[in-house]
Amino acid sequence: MFPRIVYESFRRQARRKLLAGIAITLGVAVATAMIAVATDIGDKINRELRSYGANLVVTPQEDTLDVEVGGVNLKPPSDGAFLNEADLPKIRGTFWHHNIVGFSPMLPVTVKVGGSAKDVTLVGTYFNKALTFGKEDFTTGVRITHPWWKVSCGDGKESPKCGWPADDSQNVLLGERLATKLNQKPGDTIEIAGRQLTISGILSTGVAEDDQIVAPLALAQQILGKPGAVRRVYVSALTKPPDALAVRDPKTMTPEVYDRWYCSPYVESIAYQLQEVIPHSHAEQIRQVAQNEGTVLARIKGLMLLITLAALFASALAVSAAMATAIFERRIEVGLMKALGAGNLAVSAIFFAEALLLALVGGIAGFSAGALLARQIGRSIFNSQISIEPVLFPIIIAIAVFVTFAGSAAAIRRAVKFDPVFALRGEG
Amino acid sequence: MSTLGTLHTPKQVADRRAQAPHTSMFARMLLRAAVLRRRRAASALLAMIVAAAVATAMMNLYVDVQAKLRTEFRNYGANVVIVAKDGQSLPADALAKVESVLGAKTMAVPFSYAVARTKAGQSVVVVGTDFTRARQLNRWWKVSHWPDAPNEALIGMRAAAVVNPNASPNRQPFELTFQGKAIQLAPAGMLQTGAGEDSRIYLDQSEFQNWTGVAPSTIEVAANGTAAEVETSIRQLAQLLPAADIRPVRQIMEGEANVLNKTRATLYASATLVVLTSALCVLATLIGWVFDRRRDFAIMKALGASERLINGFFAAEAAALGVVGAILGFFIGIGVAVWIGRVNFHAPVVPRFSVFPYVLAGSVAVALISAILPIELLRRVQPAIILRGE
Repeated sequence: MFPRIVYESFRRQARRKLLAGIAITLGVAVATAMIAVATDIGDKINRELRSYGANLVVTPQEDTLDVEVGGVNLKPPSDGAFLNEADLPKIRGTFWHHNIVGFSPMLPVTVKVGGSAKDVTLVGTYFNKALTFGKEDFTTGVRITHPWWKVSCGDGKESPKCGWPADDSQNVLLGERLATKLNQKPGDTIEIAGRQLTISGILSTGVAEDDQIVAPLALAQQILGKPGAVRRVYVSALTKPPDALAVRDPKTMTPEVYDRWYCSPYVESIAYQLQEVIPHSHAEQIRQVAQNEGTVLARIKGLMLLITLAALFASALAVSAAMATAIFERRIEVGLMKALGAGNLAVSAIFFAEALLLALVGGIAGFSAGALLARQIGRSIFNSQISIEPVLFPIIIAIAVFVTFAGSAAAIRRAVKFDPVFALRGEG
Repeated sequence: MSTLGTLHTPKQVADRRAQAPHTSMFARMLLRAAVLRRRRAASALLAMIVAAAVATAMMNLYVDVQAKLRTEFRNYGANVVIVAKDGQSLPADALAKVESVLGAKTMAVPFSYAVARTKAGQSVVVVGTDFTRARQLNRWWKVSHWPDAPNEALIGMRAAAVVNPNASPNRQPFELTFQGKAIQLAPAGMLQTGAGEDSRIYLDQSEFQNWTGVAPSTIEVAANGTAAEVETSIRQLAQLLPAADIRPVRQIMEGEANVLNKTRATLYASATLVVLTSALCVLATLIGWVFDRRRDFAIMKALGASERLINGFFAAEAAALGVVGAILGFFIGIGVAVWIGRVNFHAPVVPRFSVFPYVLAGSVAVALISAILPIELLRRVQPAIILRGE
């Protein structure tokens, strides 16, 4: 009898049930999408924060002081220690290599340009260099780690004629201000340190590089006469905001704590791992970038969490409002059942069974719709997938059932308490 | 009808009617409907309030959060740099001019550079600056102790090894020479940034100028506001200081724009979803409420009320509900927005009353839609059928 009552109720009141089902589906869809977006937003914003550039710098352990004023290096060119370019691909072999977005080596060289007596700094680097580590091929360079570097034809105009030089070419980029000073434009040949080089584009960064020349690393090494030399390496890594554990000295840790620290992507532990793979190096966080991303990330995550709570609250309310309305309308039915001798328990059981069915069907449909919605949001805003954890499915279904029950409970209690006589007489 | 339950003898009824204020039948019907079905009316109003509150909070946050995030982004330091052309110094009144253009809230820090020599003949870059300002602008600087006495200097991590190689927590004074002029300095604290600052020694601007005679050549500015506002500030500064190069720090500007745009888009999507869900909640509740009163509707119709009157009655009721819900919800929503601002950003969110017309219009519109829908359905049904309870 019990299944039949439930079945008939769905068959005969298909439209009412559909309305309640739609409310549950929509509520669950919004809740799923919001939870998916909120759990993934940290990772997404963390990637966006990489547009601030490198957050780590690796220098030789025995490095001497930088003597640089206004973008001009005043240090004797061959002074100081260097890193070995051959060690760089090993950065891909660190424990957190998946978190390393990219790296760029830098080799500043002081050169004379044309006939002028003034010193100019030429920086050798990777633009978009193809490298191999083990079986893995990857590309890295300033185009990844310094996304704000802009190459144009001068005057801010872009055209196919001017652009980034190839990493194996003899072409260079001229800083914006230097180009104006020297009155040079892309395509011109320029004499740098006794070599005839072609200017492939004008570089604008807003800081020191505007007064410098940027060239492929191999070219800078030739000019300096030190093959394989690198002065410093900028590394851009996805990190976890620092907490109490992050800033502890690894030397004072117990083995378990040390393992936990080593296996967390703190900027400190990634620096430590970089030092391990690159011999005679010292890795340091760039505090301007590394220290600030934590706060920005925490604010955005906190905001999304609060909005998700609001969304959950609103969808819970919508579901319970729909359920309450649906049940309130069936007082006469309740009256009839009770007049025929059904107990409160039996009547409630029927309603709860119906609510359960609705919640399950609406929950499954809503979860799928919400997953699609989250994907759409991820694709249109972040250009990447927002992945839905499968573990979310049972949680969402449980929430849907719970909210539907909670929303129905008050209405069911009132319907059951209602005197059958009044109900049958049609007085509500 | 349950209305009959409150009437007793004809005399009592007549007395009460005589004492009752002379309101129109229309207003009385509206009021009695709300009073007699308190519970249903309350739940409909509650749904309305919640929806209006959520919508208000979302709109407030959407506008305010961007300003809040921008202040967070200012922790990244200067976004505009003013550099004197061709290695000269800036005019003496440059800093005052910058501050007059940008207002008191903006941070501007002067820097002057010189290359000095240590006793051992090592070159080192010495920078003169205003420590109070630099401290506010560059919050990521890790400093063990800021200089507070005359002739005290802030030593970069790597510069420390050069000026005083022997002692490790070196508080011993050291000597620097610039163009033959020597100065004795005491290290106040160590500076660690992971960037160029680590190789430099920082001095107070006036002491620096007394020693080297070099005036500030760079002013770093943290300009507040949107990208367009910063552009305007840059143009104003360029007019004011023709002798200087004024450049936006692209790293900071573009990073900020990027993160802010993504956050804004996410916030917009989420706020839309939340507002839509709460509108749905109102719709479900109100449709139930109106549908539940089909008897009132049938009686009115049976007594000869015109369709226009009935529509007007239900529409007026819905509109009243929408207005009351919007007003109450607006204030609750402002409260929620302020609370979120305090919890998440540790700063108050300014209530935006300009949001109110939108919330009001939206609430009334949703209420009207949810009243008209069931009425349209009921209109086709004969009153007799409704009254018979079928």
